Amino acid sequence: MTPRIVVTEDDFDLGSEADMLEQGPDTGAVVTFTGRVRDVAGGLRHMVIEHYPGMTERALTDMATQAATRWPLSGVTIIHRHGTLAPGQRIMMVGTASRHREAAFEAASFLMDYLKSRAPFWKKEVTGDGADWVAARDSDEDALDRWRS
Amino acid sequence: MKIRVLYFAWLRERIGLGREEVETEARTVADLVAELRAREARYDLAFSDLAAVRCALDQELVEFDTPLGQAREVAFFPPMTGG
Repeated sequence: MTPRIVVTEDDFDLGSEADMLEQGPDTGAVVTFTGRVRDVAGGLRHMVIEHYPGMTERALTDMATQAATRWPLSGVTIIHRHGTLAPGQRIMMVGTASRHREAAFEAASFLMDYLKSRAPFWKKEVTGDGADWVAARDSDEDALDRWRS
Repeated sequence: MKIRVLYFAWLRERIGLGREEVETEARTVADLVAELRAREARYDLAFSDLAAVRCALDQELVEFDTPLGQAREVAFFPPMTGG
């Protein structure tokens, strides 16, 4: 299983990404999660996402490989955008495919928890009041604990 | 030795550049931070709260007490906010 890792400024097509994960006669379950830019207090004009080219791809590939070690996956897709994104636009997606739903759900959840605090992306919110970097939340770091057992 | 130093997000903004080549005798990442802080006020300010800074050595997350060794690239950035 070779994970599909995409780091891009461009939008992606959720349908064709799900189709790709559905390939294979043993794939009984496909889970996809999509993250979107939501509005914030004060009115969000846009979000700017910065990343660390090189390390980003390595970190995402490493997460996908770890997930495939822990669960019997027939497919993993991680797509994350960077650059300037407007409210309502897609930021990222994680997709997992497996024989059964438990593995697909758990692997998707694992990947999201790691993406939040271990993939080198930084979000900046631009509102009418100015621009501010989004602060990391302790709860995102705590979320990793449940995968450490 | 010469090492490439990268800054991201608000560290990049406070220091005023995204990357530079640094000539250093520092043994660890923390020693390098101390050298940078001694240079100019903007570096001192950017690194004033190390609890809010993460670092990567050759694109792997490391702690500040990690030896630089033969690393070619060190990066400093705030806690990540992906997803």
